[in-house]
Amino acid sequence: MNSSFLLSITTFVYGLAAFLYIASWVFKKELPGRLATWTAIVGLAGNTAGIILRWIESYSLGIGHAPLSNLYESLVFFAWTIIVVYLVIERKYENRIIGAFTTPLAFLALAYASLSPNISDRIQPLLPALKSNWLIAHVIACFIGYAAFAMAFGISWMYLFKQRDTEGKSRLLAPFPKPVILDDLNHQLIMFGFLFLTVGIITGAVWANSAWGRYWGWDPKETWSLITWFIYATLLHARMMRGWHGKRIAYLSIIGFVAVLFTYFGVNYLPGLHSYGA
Amino acid sequence: MRRYLLDYLNSIWKFFTRIMLSVILLLSLAVTSIVGTLIPQNESPAAYFQEYGEFLYRIFDVFDFFDMYNSWWFQLLIVLLAVNIVVCSIDRLKATWKIVFAKNPIFNLSRFKNHADKENLVEERSPEQLKDIYEPLISKSFGYARTEQTDKGFCIFAEKWRWTRLGVYGVHLSIVLLLIGSLIGSIFGFDGYVNIPEGESVNSIRIRNPAQSKALDFEVLCEDFDVSFYDSGAPKEFRSSLTILENGKPVLKKDIIVNDPLRYKGINMFQSSYGPLPPKEVTLSFKSKKTGKAYQKKVLMGQQIDIPEAGGRFVIKDFDNAFQFRGRSIGEAFSGFLMPDNGRPIEILLPVRFPDFDQGRKGNVAVSVADYDRRYYTGLQVTKDPGVWVVYAGFILLIVGCYITFFMSHQRLCIDIVKKGEKSIVMVAGTANKNKLGVPNRLKKISKKLTKLA
Ligand code: HEM
Repeated sequence: MNSSFLLSITTFVYGLAAFLYIASWVFKKELPGRLATWTAIVGLAGNTAGIILRWIESYSLGIGHAPLSNLYESLVFFAWTIIVVYLVIERKYENRIIGAFTTPLAFLALAYASLSPNISDRIQPLLPALKSNWLIAHVIACFIGYAAFAMAFGISWMYLFKQRDTEGKSRLLAPFPKPVILDDLNHQLIMFGFLFLTVGIITGAVWANSAWGRYWGWDPKETWSLITWFIYATLLHARMMRGWHGKRIAYLSIIGFVAVLFTYFGVNYLPGLHSYGA
Repeated sequence: MRRYLLDYLNSIWKFFTRIMLSVILLLSLAVTSIVGTLIPQNESPAAYFQEYGEFLYRIFDVFDFFDMYNSWWFQLLIVLLAVNIVVCSIDRLKATWKIVFAKNPIFNLSRFKNHADKENLVEERSPEQLKDIYEPLISKSFGYARTEQTDKGFCIFAEKWRWTRLGVYGVHLSIVLLLIGSLIGSIFGFDGYVNIPEGESVNSIRIRNPAQSKALDFEVLCEDFDVSFYDSGAPKEFRSSLTILENGKPVLKKDIIVNDPLRYKGINMFQSSYGPLPPKEVTLSFKSKKTGKAYQKKVLMGQQIDIPEAGGRFVIKDFDNAFQFRGRSIGEAFSGFLMPDNGRPIEILLPVRFPDFDQGRKGNVAVSVADYDRRYYTGLQVTKDPGVWVVYAGFILLIVGCYITFFMSHQRLCIDIVKKGEKSIVMVAGTANKNKLGVPNRLKKISKKLTKLA
């Protein structure tokens, strides 16, 4: 069994977990919910094993390095962090509906990594510029941040649905956490994500300074991560002004995550370099 | 007149204290930054002209879109943000300072009763006994605690992490540090590059912006350059052995690789590129068609030699590192002239990777390159940035400040113990300046602990 195969299987396990979470929400049944949690845990175990196995495989190929060096590996790690952050929240808030809105993101990330013809799952040797501990810290911090923003994105949609139904008529929306809780959870996740994005940008800057002698160069990827950072900084400040609660914050959170996605994928379509190989 | 001026200054100050302004500025920075990622920056005017046509070119040029992060309007936005941060922070710091550094914190029992989250417990013991049990626990887990006697019992007030209210000022100060650091760098630093052939030394470099040369007050010698490859052909490591010379004497030696630069006198040298140099000496092989014999000869570039078996004379003229043959690169190639004893000179191409190439010419002798001295130059990025330590200090402050601001709050606790018959009624109330929804949970935990003790 090699790591790519194990991770492909994990993709389906995550898909099943997402399906069960949604089923448990829509049909208001407890059993699929509990199954969903266990499925997610099994998926997480597979995901973890896949990452470790890939690490070992790289060493047996004689080009050993942490499996965080290209788009495929970062997506695998992204899915892993989303599920970890989600499971923590599920435990803390004892609410599985959030899973219906967030585990699909982990499934999509892994599915994209495993199935997209544009993404190679080959273990490649590290280019000289990528041989840096700062880079590892950079990737880990960024993706923890992105995972928190992904959760906040899902929760913002939940908030937007829930707050429209003020009289509590909708059967589907009834089991959602209260809007205040969703709003607060959104904020907590964004603070958490903002801290890690900050650490991510900073470690990236330190890495750039050790590789190229400049900590900031306004290349499109750097600039987009800064744009993302500005958007979430706006959100944090806007929240402190009266009137900017709930809906507007949810919108900003959604825009912020779109910027995250653009930083991650969209930038490759822009003129410029930074992509992983540069 | 004076009054008028003061009013005026005052209203400017007020303008910059608004948090709405920072929301607008942050959003403007986010939106305008996009432009520079859609239009490649700092290319030649000709390239832009071709890409966008005259009309757009003029418009973009007026707005400095081709170097927008250095444009006056983008820098203005950043300066406004900096002023906004400084003014806003100073404006609020006064009030925060008073709270943080108050000698004796003021607690108001009735405010806890009316406005705080709370838990209520009923205990069998008297207020006196409970007070003695609770006090050690509370003063252990809170930094500050004091007990006051009330009409029907006692009240314990406690608090911790008052200073975390200053965290956000750390965050804002860090932004200012980043801006100051980058300013120092752009005034007192430089960003340049130099190519050094193996075995040679330089004592000046090229600056990028504005393009000019700059003398160093020491010499850099590149003793050796090496590139190694993975089996797949991807580069594995670039390594330059550098020596710093002062007055001709070596003072520092270091092998640099990507991610591990050499630093000397505040100047940093980074491995950034490399390239081949034209060789000096080439070993040629001549194969005679008549006798089938092969001869090898060492020649210098440009040196004329006689071809064995009276084949004429030969001279190498040129070296190309990536020769284009029918639109494809065929790698390193030499070119030279073969001059027969009678007849006109013939130009001959000698691709290094295809030694049989010249046999296709069907001449009397086939020439090929057997060997040559492969020499490289190393490309170094040379920078000086005295502001980098200010920036790094800003980085650390930014991370620490964000952590404090987001995850630590000024927490206050009030335990009010009231005698009721043989029993006591205990109210555990608390507030926090942030993460208020987390307070009830925290109170539950504390109450549990108190119940266990009593
Ligand atoms: C890139 C620039 C900035 C960053 C990264 C930043 C960061 C932060 C952070 C993380 C917080 C805490 C938010 C929270 O508690 O949820 C905060 C609060 C605040 N910021 Fe900023 N900020 C920036 C610029 C500004 C500017 C320009 C102003 C000018 C008015 C400003 C005014 C404030 C104020 C008034 C607070 C609230 C402080 C309090 O709770 O008393 N910030 N900022």
